[in-house]
Amino acid sequence: MIKFSPRLTQKLAWGFTWAMGSVAVLIMLLIVGYVLVQGLPVINLDFLFSSPEGGLAGEGGIFSCIVATLWLIVTTMAILVPLGLGAAIYLSEYAPDNKLTHFIRYSVELLAGIPSIVFGMFGFAVFVLALHFNYSILAGALTLACLLLPFLVRSAEEAMKAVPSSQREAAMALGATRWQTVTRVVIPAALPGITTGIILCVGGAVAESACLYVTMGGSAGMPTSLLSGGRTLAVHVFYLAMETNALDKAMATGAVLIVIIIAINLITRWVSRYLQTRMKGGTSYGV
Amino acid sequence: MMSRYFVDRISRRLVLCFGTVAFLILIFIAVFILKGSLPALEEVGIVDILFGTKWYPSHEAFGILAMFAGSVIVTLLALVMAVPLSVGCAIFLAEVAPRRISNIARPAIELLVGIPSVVYGLVGMVVLCPFIAHLSGTGSGSSVMAAAIVLAIMILPTITSISEDSLRAVPTLYKEGALALGATHWQAIHHVLLPASRQGIVTAVILGTGRAIGETMAMVMVIGNSPILPANIFAPARTLTGNIAVEIAAATGIHESALFVTGLVLFILIMIINSLGFIICRRKND
Repeated sequence: MIKFSPRLTQKLAWGFTWAMGSVAVLIMLLIVGYVLVQGLPVINLDFLFSSPEGGLAGEGGIFSCIVATLWLIVTTMAILVPLGLGAAIYLSEYAPDNKLTHFIRYSVELLAGIPSIVFGMFGFAVFVLALHFNYSILAGALTLACLLLPFLVRSAEEAMKAVPSSQREAAMALGATRWQTVTRVVIPAALPGITTGIILCVGGAVAESACLYVTMGGSAGMPTSLLSGGRTLAVHVFYLAMETNALDKAMATGAVLIVIIIAINLITRWVSRYLQTRMKGGTSYGV
Repeated sequence: MMSRYFVDRISRRLVLCFGTVAFLILIFIAVFILKGSLPALEEVGIVDILFGTKWYPSHEAFGILAMFAGSVIVTLLALVMAVPLSVGCAIFLAEVAPRRISNIARPAIELLVGIPSVVYGLVGMVVLCPFIAHLSGTGSGSSVMAAAIVLAIMILPTITSISEDSLRAVPTLYKEGALALGATHWQAIHHVLLPASRQGIVTAVILGTGRAIGETMAMVMVIGNSPILPANIFAPARTLTGNIAVEIAAATGIHESALFVTGLVLFILIMIINSLGFIICRRKND
């Protein structure tokens, strides 16, 4: 067997890791670049502000899909944020170190690993069939809230745990109740992390398709209430790709999705940096 | 006005209720999927469903073995491609790359997490499948191979970022000790850092496996969806996830119940994989 000198081995290993790193970045650039180059030229005002007309050629635009996506995000967040924050507050501030807490934490972890389509199946059985919401934005939002819950709980809990306990003790020493400490000291201090977690959940809602495909149905019409079906942008890409010949429009819708995802990524970075510098200004107050 | 002590007592109860919701959802999911599966398990029989290779809903044949094999083969193939790539990336980001470059490369690779799976599926359909059809000379290119490549790209960022974290979590003293003994930087990585972060990397691979088994829409778009055992990697197949997504809207009666069995198998598979991850993770903490 050939034995390389340590120096040569290191050169080869460096070559390998540089190659792997470059390949990964290149893959990202190729996918994003390809979708944007193919998709962006198709996008115009008419495409954005007209609704899909159905049919094999995929006529029409994506307006009703944009509206359905927005409805879905608002409804999902209205359910998810109070629930997720409440659970995170419990786990970070109240939970005693006992069996129940371990159980809850374990189920949050397990829930995070369950595939989207299994959530979809659950939502289909419970919200669509048993509760008679049929294929609707409400059924989709409830399912999606279940899916995103563990991610919000984890990020919010992490943010709250990072708040130094001296701050809590100071508030309590001043006579604040635990709840006052939570709402006026812990949550404001953890706000950058919580906000980032919420924005990432919005990103997850935009990108999600499998669980919505089986709970919101595929109706491309303009949603009129929470009980009307709808098609989010991501699900629309799926329909265009699988059931029409309009691959150019699928690419265009994909490009819209990628632009939204990149925007969300940038906003998260900006929000956490902005809030963090503001917080630092806040804590140095009076020094 | 309510006294602040009263508010404190109420809110304590309220957040406890919210805290148990995750647990309740988990139980509900298990119960409803089990309940949905029972008719098919009774009527068709558990052995015929799990080990039957024929899935013809119109002829009352509900064997999911082909889909099970499809899921497993695609996932293993994806892991073979993704693991060297991701671990190489993780070493690159944590140890090799200059800070200036890793600060650009890391968010670039993390952007892959956010890209919707339908977009991966679409690019796979438009770019990858024709290429594979050209390569294999038959069919449309919708195949196990196409699905595995798409899946490898999708789990790349998951494995990379967790592996990088665990490499960075190794105390710098270890590395410095190795370097002080005259090891090259690579020898320190190979003989000290990688063994020390082995459990973290295994956990990363397991989480990636879980993600791969659960992926749905991208798989439906590039795998061809034929419910048969694939003869080779250039043949079409179907995954467990895809079986549910493709058929549930039109299914009724025993057919619908058989799809719930598919979901149940998926659920149990994921539970086993993730529990394995937790056990390894916990051993590390001890």
